[in-house]
Amino acid sequence: MPKSRPLLRGVSIIGVGMSKFGAFPEKNSRDLFVEAFKDMTGSVDKGLDPAVIESFYLGNFSSDLFEHQGHTAPLLLDAVGLTPIPATRVENACASGATALRQGVMAIASGLYDVVLVGGAEKMTDLPTADVTDTLATAADVPFEISAGFTFPGFYAAMATAYMAKFGMKPEHLMNVAIKNHDNGALNPNAQFGTTIQKWMEGRIASAIKKGKPAPNWTSIWDFLHDGYANPIVAWPLRLFDCSPITDGASALLLVAEERAREFTDIPIHIIGSAQASDTALHNRLDLTSLPAAKLASSQAYGMAGISASDVRIAEVHDCFTIAEVIASEDIGFFAPGEGFKAAEDGMTARLGGKPINTSGGLKSKGHPVGASGVAQVFELWKQMRNEAGERQVPGDVPLAMTHNVGATGSTCVVHIFERRE
Amino acid sequence: MIETTTIRPFTAASFNQYLAEGKLMAARCADCGKLSLPPRAICSKCHGVNLVWTETSGKGKLAGFTVVYIAPTFMIEQGYGRDKPYVSGIVELDEGVKISARILGVDATQPDSIGIGTRLEVGFIEAGEGDKKKSYLAFKTRQE
Ligand SMILES: [Zn+2]
Repeated sequence: MPKSRPLLRGVSIIGVGMSKFGAFPEKNSRDLFVEAFKDMTGSVDKGLDPAVIESFYLGNFSSDLFEHQGHTAPLLLDAVGLTPIPATRVENACASGATALRQGVMAIASGLYDVVLVGGAEKMTDLPTADVTDTLATAADVPFEISAGFTFPGFYAAMATAYMAKFGMKPEHLMNVAIKNHDNGALNPNAQFGTTIQKWMEGRIASAIKKGKPAPNWTSIWDFLHDGYANPIVAWPLRLFDCSPITDGASALLLVAEERAREFTDIPIHIIGSAQASDTALHNRLDLTSLPAAKLASSQAYGMAGISASDVRIAEVHDCFTIAEVIASEDIGFFAPGEGFKAAEDGMTARLGGKPINTSGGLKSKGHPVGASGVAQVFELWKQMRNEAGERQVPGDVPLAMTHNVGATGSTCVVHIFERRE
Repeated sequence: MIETTTIRPFTAASFNQYLAEGKLMAARCADCGKLSLPPRAICSKCHGVNLVWTETSGKGKLAGFTVVYIAPTFMIEQGYGRDKPYVSGIVELDEGVKISARILGVDATQPDSIGIGTRLEVGFIEAGEGDKKKSYLAFKTRQE
């Protein structure tokens, strides 16, 4: 078992940025990263001369297949005018973003650099859906898992059936996660789906009436979510509204050595826990209702930070599917095994609940541009911890928060813990 | 039952060759006894390299499953999709190891009727024509 060692020196975030997430036919990942970078430079309270940046780590899953463009890191670096500093692309499927962040943390903690740019980018909507499905499937164990007909929604659906059998959850319980994350995303101007499921349903009814078609007789969002046409099955028990969308987007963070943070801002956010773990393919695990790599990375990050789950005010977790958020809420220690779906039903994880999860809308509503997601999670925490989240600001103080970013079915998991000090 | 006559490399290609011969083969560590499925060339428990091919019992139970409606391209080419969903699952063999496989003999249109723990036995599916012809691992329901 690897030991949890402290960083050799502190690392702080002094700026964050992101592009809007969505489908942008006229923009490639480079264009989106330029938007995220400009947003980041504008967020540095005391101003930023980009010439101080010494190295760049980019999270990107598959520009090769999505855009037919490899060697992405130096291209994105050049687009923001920062050659000749080192540029390194990091690929860990959907955990590429947080893995890139971790490279930046280690680069500063080692003493090699003082100022590091971390980015994430993915351009997914150029391909037809079947090709996106095939591209995402390359994150699995292709010869042994994909040959069995599994898709990514299918893997998480299999976890859901195991979870249902073990803990008595029904597919309906998962809808609470989707409803909550769309409620949050409706308050996020950068979200792909900036609308509640209620508004979505009303829009569908209005559009049917406008076209002279019979209006659907949904009396509530529960009718809507149970309608096989409005919310079709993707991989039973998961339906369309259980799945994060196909998204274009980019995100950026600026990390500095803690002793230099006050040159840039009076309210830096410090990274006090950073951990990463790996695992086998899903079928090799003893139990399908938890991600061992997520539990291990969480406990190591808590150990490094010297805190426990009860100290953490909010979390951004990897809700690529609704069941993934339920399992994540247990793996990070917010709730006991088998209690996560009840916490979602009871409103505990809502923005105004006791343990808010995915106040950004999560991958579900904000969107999931794979390589950008792990970095964009930090964007949300930065806003919440500095009381700058606007309409979606959680009540009270947020001195401690965490991110949980998963690659594939948990073959990679990266956890970071953040602190704001006065 | 340990095969000692032919030592094939512990690769996906060898695993698939065995499937085409109607055998679900795992690798057993000769040093510590750990059974690995899919097969591996280095033991994940003791890190030893003395692996031997072992035919599994082919009997097990369903540990998790899904009914796939949005299919990958190679399954669409076999006629599957929204109008013809199929079941994929994770099967726990009686030996304790698990593997991903297609699940046959269950009603894909009635997922509520498919139970975790359902007893299964190994079967094989041949799909594709000519050069693309390949054997896929499947499990079918088993009457005790
Ligand atoms: Zn061994």
